[in-house]
Amino acid sequence: MSSPSPSAYPDTPPPDKEPKRTGEWPLWEVFIRGQHGLSHRHVGSLHAPDAEMAIKNARDVYTRRNEGVSIWVVEAERVTASAPGDKEALYDPSNSKVYRHPTFFDIPDEVGHM
Amino acid sequence: MYAQMIKSEATQDDPALLEAFQARIDDNQKIEPKDWMPEGYRKTLIRQIGQHAHSEIVGQLPEGNWITRAPTLERKAILLAKVQDEAGHGLYLYCAAETLGVSRDELFEMLHSGRMKYSSIFNYPTLTWADMGAVGWLVDGAAIMNQVPLQRTSYGPYARAMVRICKEESFHQRQGYDIMMKMCKGTDAQKKMAQDALNRLWYPSLMMFGPSDKDSVHSEQSMAWKIKMNTNDELRQKFVDQTVPQAEYLGLSVPDENLKWNEEKGGYDFSEPDWSEFYDVLKGNGPCNTERLNTRKQAWADGAWVREGMLAHAAKKRIAKVAAQ
Repeated sequence: MSSPSPSAYPDTPPPDKEPKRTGEWPLWEVFIRGQHGLSHRHVGSLHAPDAEMAIKNARDVYTRRNEGVSIWVVEAERVTASAPGDKEALYDPSNSKVYRHPTFFDIPDEVGHM
Repeated sequence: MYAQMIKSEATQDDPALLEAFQARIDDNQKIEPKDWMPEGYRKTLIRQIGQHAHSEIVGQLPEGNWITRAPTLERKAILLAKVQDEAGHGLYLYCAAETLGVSRDELFEMLHSGRMKYSSIFNYPTLTWADMGAVGWLVDGAAIMNQVPLQRTSYGPYARAMVRICKEESFHQRQGYDIMMKMCKGTDAQKKMAQDALNRLWYPSLMMFGPSDKDSVHSEQSMAWKIKMNTNDELRQKFVDQTVPQAEYLGLSVPDENLKWNEEKGGYDFSEPDWSEFYDVLKGNGPCNTERLNTRKQAWADGAWVREGMLAHAAKKRIAKVAAQ
């Protein structure tokens, strides 16, 4: 029951990767700042024709109960993510660097708070 | 509890990978979209989350029916907010399903063509205002029973959608019970209306949990994968135990002659719903199946020009922006 043709407009090609999409609005990832002083945090995604509508939709879908004071939207296909297979290469090197944590160092009690 | 009779897909993957995957699940790790997962896990989840999402969307219809006829402006505003939440729940869930590689268009197409189902409960009519009370109290109450444990489900995006949904669902149940309390404290006619709503919606609510465990063939794999957290009978029992005292408080009687407290098991004995009716409704022969699906398809078709127009407008703006550079 989608639009019958892939896209009615030659200059708005639908994302051509599988799976099949027929004139579907692009997907946007939504980030919300919950309170002043906190960073934006990913809350989910939604479909919208453009950035402006994505913000409006995000407000309706993700902040119906004052969950945020600021919204970011990013087109999902613009996001580059690390691959699960790269986990070891990316994170293992820090395992051996325990001295990066303050608890590595024994400071005598007499020294007082540090 | 908007997913019924979800068939687990068989999986033909490398046994070593399967074993490692199961070990992650047993260790309560979350599976994320880019992680390796068995094809059966992916397909079963698409079916389950999709059916859940469809239920939220179609579930707007029985209540939308009463928005223009709510008895007061306040009740109308509350009902509007509730129905809007259902739309939101559908959207959270569609997004979760999309992370598994299915598109929104495909999900809609499967709903509209009848290849995917929504919960049987929404094929029953909402005949009076008291039904708005009973739906919130019983239907959302039953949904909560299922959704609370699903917050711990193994698939990350699904679990996170459930956390959001559960936060909002409690408002739905309370607003329903509030309507019931008001009606039960009202005139005799109002109280009778409340009793009538309970009579009609009791068994369809029990059906929401799906067939009895002894007839439920799909549970085992889904439970091992932690995409189903409790058996149908466990949840149904829990629902009855919680709901019966609430009915007593209202002064209403549950329409079941066999309902009796069983000291030994620490729960109520109760009659099973008529399962032949359940299978019949699933097949499409419930009182409102045709009406619900047609309304949904009509809404989607009626919105086509808006969706296309918005895309055209976005394209025009993009071209204007490029030209200006």
